Amino acid sequence: MNCIIIDDEATARTIIAQLCSQVASLNVVEEFPNAIQAIKYLNQNDVDLIFLDIHMPDFTGFDFIQTLKNPPKIILTTSDSQFAIEAFEYDCIVDYLVKPIELPRFKKAIQKAENTGSNTVESPNPETEGTVSGNDLYVNIDRRLIKIDIPSIYLVEAKGDYIHVKTETQNYTVHSTLKKIEEKLPDSLFLKIHRSYIINVQKIIDIEDNSVLIKKDVIPVSRSNRPELMKRLNLL
Amino acid sequence: MEKPNLSYIHKLSGGDKTFENKLITIMKSEFPEEKSIYFKNIESGNLKEASENVHKLKHKISILGLEKCYSQAVDYEENLKDNLSEGEVDFKSTLQLITDYLATL
Repeated sequence: MNCIIIDDEATARTIIAQLCSQVASLNVVEEFPNAIQAIKYLNQNDVDLIFLDIHMPDFTGFDFIQTLKNPPKIILTTSDSQFAIEAFEYDCIVDYLVKPIELPRFKKAIQKAENTGSNTVESPNPETEGTVSGNDLYVNIDRRLIKIDIPSIYLVEAKGDYIHVKTETQNYTVHSTLKKIEEKLPDSLFLKIHRSYIINVQKIIDIEDNSVLIKKDVIPVSRSNRPELMKRLNLL
Repeated sequence: MEKPNLSYIHKLSGGDKTFENKLITIMKSEFPEEKSIYFKNIESGNLKEASENVHKLKHKISILGLEKCYSQAVDYEENLKDNLSEGEVDFKSTLQLITDYLATL
């Protein structure tokens, strides 16, 4: 497989090239310190596989993927596992390697790439968006992906760069935004009732004036979101 | 305090000394640049930008087998994103540790 490496860190590019040299089926044809140069190259050349760093200044790995009309297979390389969920949304991404990359794990990723058919999807698959994996949502906490049963979530609260996800059994603090999680939660169950809150409509206990009681939490309802909330209720 | 080591690089090289030397040379050239940009951002109070620098430097911390320092850097990066500087002293020590170590290679 002809492959290219995109990473703004020379050390990382050198390591990935070394790993590639230890897999007979791989041929590194080019290395790029940024996505823009890679796009120019890909406009004139085809490759089978891209090793792509997510975290690059100005133009992230995900920005790069969005520019590709017919992306080849992509293996993401990153120092964080926090983007793993977003990675699942792209059919062209065959694996996700967390740095520092070890050879056995690298070989496993190459096997996956070799066993995966050619890609036809160029952007997030709307059918899988918001479900991730059936009724489960995976969140990154302390470099672990933790599974949350979506229907058990009753409240999501935004707090700066973090969100608090409250479920029947446990609460989670996740580095993400309300907008991102809103996209993952099914509209049939969840509703944003305030710029800082999303609730599970089925868990409402009562509504009073401009607030909702959900479990033991009293949550404000903004004036603009109130009509949608009222529409969702089975009013007598 | 943890000591940097070349275990990962040795494992990666499979005994290829040319690769080991090449990688060390690149790290010796790249690390001071990244460190300098980081310090400039800290001095200017650009904590969000500094978090990006920490993110990049984290990889080198892990390559040199500094697991505890890496974990501290992960927390520090998150603090910087929140405009907090907690962890700055430890991170500075880590950078000095690496600087001293690279000078011996």
